[in-house]
Amino acid sequence: MSTRTETRTDVTSEATLLAAGAETLRNGFVLTGRNMRHVARIPGRITTGLVQPVMFVVLFAFVFGGSLGGEDYRRFLMAGIFAQSMVFNASFTTVGLANDLQKGIVERFRSLPMSPLAVILGRTTSDMVVGVATLVVTALCGLAVGWRVEGSAADAALAFLVLVLFGFAMSWVGATVGVFARTVEVAQSAGLIWLFPLSLISTAFVSAENMPTPLREFAAWNPVSAVATSVRDLLGNPTPATLPQPDTWSLQHPTLYAVLSSLAVLAVFMPLVLARYKRLTRG
Amino acid sequence: MPEHRAAPLRPALRATGLRKRFGDHQVLDGVDLEVAPGSVHALLGPNGAGKTTTVRIVCGLLRADEGRAEIAGHDVVAHSRAARGALGLSGQYAAVDEHLTGFENLHLLGRLYGMSRRRAAERAEELLDRFRLDDVAGRRAGLYSGGMRRRLDLAGALVARPQVVVLDEPTTGLDPRSRLDMWAVIEDLLLDGVAVLLTTQYLEEADRLADLITVIDRGVVIARGSAEELKERVQGATLALQVRDGAGLAHAARALGAVGLGEPWVDHRTGRASIATDRGPEVMAELLAHLARVEVELVDLGLHRSSLDDVFLALTGHGAETTTDGDPV
Repeated sequence: MSTRTETRTDVTSEATLLAAGAETLRNGFVLTGRNMRHVARIPGRITTGLVQPVMFVVLFAFVFGGSLGGEDYRRFLMAGIFAQSMVFNASFTTVGLANDLQKGIVERFRSLPMSPLAVILGRTTSDMVVGVATLVVTALCGLAVGWRVEGSAADAALAFLVLVLFGFAMSWVGATVGVFARTVEVAQSAGLIWLFPLSLISTAFVSAENMPTPLREFAAWNPVSAVATSVRDLLGNPTPATLPQPDTWSLQHPTLYAVLSSLAVLAVFMPLVLARYKRLTRG
Repeated sequence: MPEHRAAPLRPALRATGLRKRFGDHQVLDGVDLEVAPGSVHALLGPNGAGKTTTVRIVCGLLRADEGRAEIAGHDVVAHSRAARGALGLSGQYAAVDEHLTGFENLHLLGRLYGMSRRRAAERAEELLDRFRLDDVAGRRAGLYSGGMRRRLDLAGALVARPQVVVLDEPTTGLDPRSRLDMWAVIEDLLLDGVAVLLTTQYLEEADRLADLITVIDRGVVIARGSAEELKERVQGATLALQVRDGAGLAHAARALGAVGLGEPWVDHRTGRASIATDRGPEVMAELLAHLARVEVELVDLGLHRSSLDDVFLALTGHGAETTTDGDPV
């Protein structure tokens, strides 16, 4: 074991980088398993994960749905709920990471010959698995209130991938909040505020038409809008004429913009989380 | 690890000239340490002396401003992965995952050290047996007692058969029975040739476990030696007294100074004072003669062979703060 680690030491040859990358993925996978056990064992964790999407579907479909177009609105709505649930999924990353940081366990991880990236990767990956489960439950609720996949299976699969990628990107934003919050209390209060404006100042649930200009501009370029629009298009769910969509580039090419913005979010937040995490644990 | 036996004379852990400043506060000001394989080196010092900072630097968790540390010959900064591969750390707060069972905790660590599932499972079983946790292996660590958690944490540090084990206050907060258990476990480690660096506030712990003791205070090494050597340094015995009225303490301290060696140690809160001496019981009569002239009323007077506590007082001018957080057994 020690001979292997010795040869691996901080040499930046390509093969070494590749081996280090593979090892980080492997450790991320091991930690994903650990986090999944937590999901199953922390009381209320599964319930929150599953009740939340049901609640959103029921609230939006029947509280707003009646005024906004009934059956037609519910077909339109579901893509927005899918996008929103990917945003809210980030809260699990925030709280989970803050929780680990508050306990001694991260100190133990830091003393292992393991990349710090693996710890965050394990967290965001397990939250992605949870996110997929949330999507399934949300879809079942949607089916119950009259929503259907109206496009091809291939397009539906693509919609699913767009959502998962977006959810993964949001999870890294959540991780950033988690490492800055440090304590669970802060993470659970201040750390979750951003979820609301991000998911609601969008075209996920309503038209941006009647918003004040700054909000309308934000909504038009908000990745949440693009993800919702992309998913809506791919699932073949029509947009009611009463809910006109902004005519920006982002929403004319919603799938491309959704993917690009997700990748951009990852490019910004991955290094940010890592830098902060290293600082935190180096004292 | 056999490949490292090639250089048997090399200390398993070596730190030289560690300096660390947090803001205006010089926490470490040139600390050197070496730990030989199969030995325990205790780092002793009051709260805030720099023990934990030293440990964190040695383990590569914190960067020193100056100086370097090596584990099994690997620089902890330049070759951190190799250094960590040879290191097991058991921190001040048991770093166990409360939601995982004892077995799962150790299995997880084995996997993160790169073991196969099977190998990690075997190693976890071995360690659970050895640390008498096999009965509770399937129970979540969150339900463990304090002593069990510490043992699990230490077992976690040993998963990858490290050459160096660093124990940061391994028995702080444990009940006496659990502390004795922990000591037995640490003594057992030495049979494997592991080098142990131990920090403690408990002098008795250092006395019992350590081959070598380094006393640090305010970031500086103020003494080093075996427990016996350190005790000899305070000249064999301590003459101690307690006055009834605080006003007499200054007189009493002067009297102690007149008959003992060096400066007396004085605690105004308890009215106690003491001084080192190399003389026999006749020194007490001489002290009483001094005190009779100034009318100081004593509650207690005694002459006893120096304990590590006295060494500590003599060296640092203040206690090891054992009394503030519970008695050391």
